[in-house]
Amino acid sequence: MTTTETQRAPIIARATDDSAITETLGKIWQSKPGIGGWLSTVDHKEIGKRYIVTAFIFLIVGGLEALLMRVQLARPNQTVLTPEQYSQIFTMHGVTMIFLYALPVLSGFSNYLWPLLLGARDMAFPRLNALSYWVFLFAGIFLYSSFMFGKGPDAGWFNYVPYTSLAYNPGPNIDVYALGMVLLGISTTVGSINFFVTLARTRAPGMSINRVPILVWGTLTASVGNLFAVPAVSIAFFMLWMDRQYNTHFFDSTVGGQPLLWEHLFWMFGHPWVYAIVLPAMGIVSDALPTFCRRPLVGYTAVALATVTTMVLGFGVWVHHMFASGLPILSLSYFSAASMTIVIPSAVAVFAWVATIWTGRPVFKTSFLFFAGFILLFVIGGVSGFMTAAVPLDWQLTRTYFVVAHLHYVIIGINVFPVVGGIYYWFPKVTGRLMNETLGKWNFWVMFIGFNVAFFPMHILGVEGMPRRIYTYASGLGWGTPNLVVTIGAFVFAVGILLFLVNVFVSGKHGEPAGANPWDGASLEWSTSSPPPVYNFAVIPIVASRYPLWEDRLDEGPERSSVGTGLLLDKGRETIGTTSLDAEPDVILKMPGDSYSPVLAALAMTGVFVCLLLHSWWGLAITSLLTLLITIAWLWPQHSLGQIETQP
Amino acid sequence: MTEIAVSSRTLPVGSKGHHASGWWGMLALIATEAMLFAYLLFSYFYLASHAFGAWPPDGPPHLRISVPGTIILVLGSLVMWWGERGIERAKRGALIAGLASALVLGVIFIVMQGFEWHGQPFTLSTGVYSSLYFTITGLHMLHVIIGLLMLAVLLLWTALGYFDAARHSAVSVGVIYWHFVTAVWLAVFFTFYITPRLG
Repeated sequence: MTTTETQRAPIIARATDDSAITETLGKIWQSKPGIGGWLSTVDHKEIGKRYIVTAFIFLIVGGLEALLMRVQLARPNQTVLTPEQYSQIFTMHGVTMIFLYALPVLSGFSNYLWPLLLGARDMAFPRLNALSYWVFLFAGIFLYSSFMFGKGPDAGWFNYVPYTSLAYNPGPNIDVYALGMVLLGISTTVGSINFFVTLARTRAPGMSINRVPILVWGTLTASVGNLFAVPAVSIAFFMLWMDRQYNTHFFDSTVGGQPLLWEHLFWMFGHPWVYAIVLPAMGIVSDALPTFCRRPLVGYTAVALATVTTMVLGFGVWVHHMFASGLPILSLSYFSAASMTIVIPSAVAVFAWVATIWTGRPVFKTSFLFFAGFILLFVIGGVSGFMTAAVPLDWQLTRTYFVVAHLHYVIIGINVFPVVGGIYYWFPKVTGRLMNETLGKWNFWVMFIGFNVAFFPMHILGVEGMPRRIYTYASGLGWGTPNLVVTIGAFVFAVGILLFLVNVFVSGKHGEPAGANPWDGASLEWSTSSPPPVYNFAVIPIVASRYPLWEDRLDEGPERSSVGTGLLLDKGRETIGTTSLDAEPDVILKMPGDSYSPVLAALAMTGVFVCLLLHSWWGLAITSLLTLLITIAWLWPQHSLGQIETQP
Repeated sequence: MTEIAVSSRTLPVGSKGHHASGWWGMLALIATEAMLFAYLLFSYFYLASHAFGAWPPDGPPHLRISVPGTIILVLGSLVMWWGERGIERAKRGALIAGLASALVLGVIFIVMQGFEWHGQPFTLSTGVYSSLYFTITGLHMLHVIIGLLMLAVLLLWTALGYFDAARHSAVSVGVIYWHFVTAVWLAVFFTFYITPRLG
């Protein structure tokens, strides 16, 4: 019988490269080799990479769907796609890009980077991290399952009733969407809880809340927003599924249900979600852009507060998606005014980035180009958003290509451009190799020109009255030429993405070795080797400022962060737990090892949703029981985690 | 690697009470679950405010079962609180008694809800009100069942001697979920049984 250690004064040590301790830590944190290790790993770096790769696969699938639509729309009266195929393809394009690419790719960045930025050895809940990835993957496959058989969701990503009620949309199309979204919601929720607790608990000593990188602020804000917003869409889809399968009447206007309730619940979720898929990307820019301007971000506090303010306001603007739904004018006025106020925090961030470039000494690397391009696209997308926040203009423009132009400027401009720029920036950290700069510049200009050629003319098409989501149009409306230009731009943009993928593959094999800090960056991830060791940091750093690696040259005060010297935690998988605001050491956290529970729990949970879809009650009983048993095994108190006092 | 010093502060190791990450995770889970019910009750009031004719259609639901049910659930939270206080003072017997009686009270609540459902003059598909009633109370019942499973597992672990005054964070984490289930019921009870009597 061994007694659990309950108290310890941690040892402070200096890390050197080839000491016995790095070997010990390596053994403690290393996953098993082979397929077993691959399925059971809880290493945040592995999970982060998987998130990014999976999200990019979905981006490619969604992109191919977009190209198919553009072929269909290139000329009037085309018959490449049938109307039904077109409906499914534009719906799956939206679902894929918004739910299976845009947030997951940012979760990938944050999963990979957070512990490295925060000076920790892993996320607060490593196994939950694996669970959120597996559920995301299985939910993505689930959402695509019926599309394979020509029965995919076909009512647009916001899925309005009554068109999606059983009477007008029989078949499994909408049921798959409804249940898939509830399943995906579990992944998002679990991931968001993990980010929240990781921020609150696992920052390096000294990294008080006003010293965390802006990416952390962005992902934290997105995560807390998701915790409050995702239940709205989960419950809306659940109610819709009940209406369709069990004859309830939530949205059925014939007996007093309200189709507008769907719109309210969907957009109460939908608008905060828009910020969830852009704020972490803006955080990428706020952290990486200053490295290429050779100075700290201008207005750290203002940008951090603007991030949070955007999300808070974002919960009070959902009705601007419903201006044409017939709501009272008083309500429209309020939501119009609220939507316009979002311009204030957005402008704060834009001016901070511009001022950072203006007062810095820019180095025009590929990442910098992507970030600068992002600022321009964000301004264009912001202006068109401001325009549609005005009720009378929105009445004219809603449901036209103007809105399609706006949302692509916002989502591609604020998500895809920072993501690609961010990959150029952190690729050397992840792989140890630099990406090719020449190809990178070609990559940027082809994407940037292709993007604008594809999406700018859509503004004009929208003003001319071309409705969105139509599968073809008559000749003689004057829409033929702009549509052809849009299609050409879309293919150019696709070539840009292809160049990016080529660069990733070529540089991953043959790129120049990067070293620990190729860009001379300021934050903690650059203090560890590239790629980082499994345990991230041999000793936990102690932080004294926002820019631990730039302190000597900034010389803002006498205090210096201690990066090579810090807390030595080597009695099993351990990291330091600190207090939420000031990051004072509070507890030595015991971290779980690799485990099959997450992948098995995700499989069992997906089984539950498959059985619900098929109305298989025996299957439901079995998969629910399996989920329960796996969860109990997962949570069984362990001596090694310090959860119980004595080894029984 | 050179050892330089031993930290001047001694820190607790591993999951201890509110130092456990699980405690924080559970608070976040409760926040999002509370929002789930907030959106459900929003739907209730939204649909009620747009209803034609009487709301609820058959008049306010009777209180014969729901009031005792509410008292039983609150009682379950109280004994659980007492049981958790017990283990903090190394009284394992108190924790076992607390868990076991909360478990029994929870099961009684479920049985009473079964009678309440059975006695309703409507079914799930009768109308908007019945859809809301069965869906919202049903989802609450699902949460009670999940809470009961937690209590049952905690009871097993306590019986196996896993917890003592120093190490019982799993208990603290499970118990706040049980309190949450009670709190949600109070909101659901107020919405369905009290608000129709207020107008």
